[in-house]
Amino acid sequence: MLDFLTVGSYSFKSRLLVGTGKYRDIKETAQAIEASGADVVTMAVRRVNLGQNPGEPNLLDIISPDRYTLLPNTAGCHTADDAVRTCRLARELLDGHDLVKLEVISKSRTLYPDVVATLDAARILVNDGFQVMVYTSDDPLIAMELEAIGCVAVMPLGAPIGSGLGLQNPYNIREILEKLSVPVILDAGVGTASDATVAMELGCKGVLINTAIAEAKDSIQMAQAMKMAVESGRLAYKAGRMHRKRYADASSPEAGLIQ
Amino acid sequence: MQVSVNGKNEETIKQTLAEFLIARSLLERRVAVECNGHIILKSEYKKFILNDGDILEIVHAIGGG
Repeated sequence: MLDFLTVGSYSFKSRLLVGTGKYRDIKETAQAIEASGADVVTMAVRRVNLGQNPGEPNLLDIISPDRYTLLPNTAGCHTADDAVRTCRLARELLDGHDLVKLEVISKSRTLYPDVVATLDAARILVNDGFQVMVYTSDDPLIAMELEAIGCVAVMPLGAPIGSGLGLQNPYNIREILEKLSVPVILDAGVGTASDATVAMELGCKGVLINTAIAEAKDSIQMAQAMKMAVESGRLAYKAGRMHRKRYADASSPEAGLIQ
Repeated sequence: MQVSVNGKNEETIKQTLAEFLIARSLLERRVAVECNGHIILKSEYKKFILNDGDILEIVHAIGGG
């Protein structure tokens, strides 16, 4: 049965979106991405190192834009202007590709999204024709505002970036899910497979994971685990879980017991 | 003349952006170029002439989350 994730004008088979940061080398990156089964792969935009290893493999040689949907991010941007500039460079780099991951990050140890600057940047980018997937806090009001601006997906954090703490805010995520029509994708905070499943069971339309895979002892196995975790959580969400009860409820019938 | 490339000043001759990129083995790589804050489209590289004092930013894709 087909169960595509639709984001703006794009459709994806996999609901697991993966990052390409923090891997030991580019070969491991490629293997982990392959094992994850992801269709959407994030990347960053940075200055070219002039004069250093001109033959060094480029990320785009390994993660082919023909096979994957690349999702350039604005990581490291602390102002709306820098984020907008980065998205425009990414669009030129990827020959007009309009899907971007907007994140404007505060200069703090939490790397919390600067939601004021994020709102400003989102308005400019949507007006400029971008399809904006936006990283934000777990504040339902901000999430609603980002949807109203025209973002094609809203991506609240489950916990701080790279922390691996798991979903700290299931009630806020649920509130956002109930209020928004665009896909809500959990971004940041997943530490292990069960965290991804919890997010999907809550009703998130997808999960974006980088560090939990890249920093696992065996990133390729963890990528497989995340693939299954996201699929399991999605199935469980669609199946509809049983009600929680305070007391036991025997699984075997009471009738017909031997006397 | 001098141009600034990714924050570093470089001595160079007057030439097109395409020539500048070829000399640095960058034309065949996937990069994007900004000159003085404006993006230069790939289709414009051959006719875009660099001037003294231009500030270039040349970027590519790297791993990120």
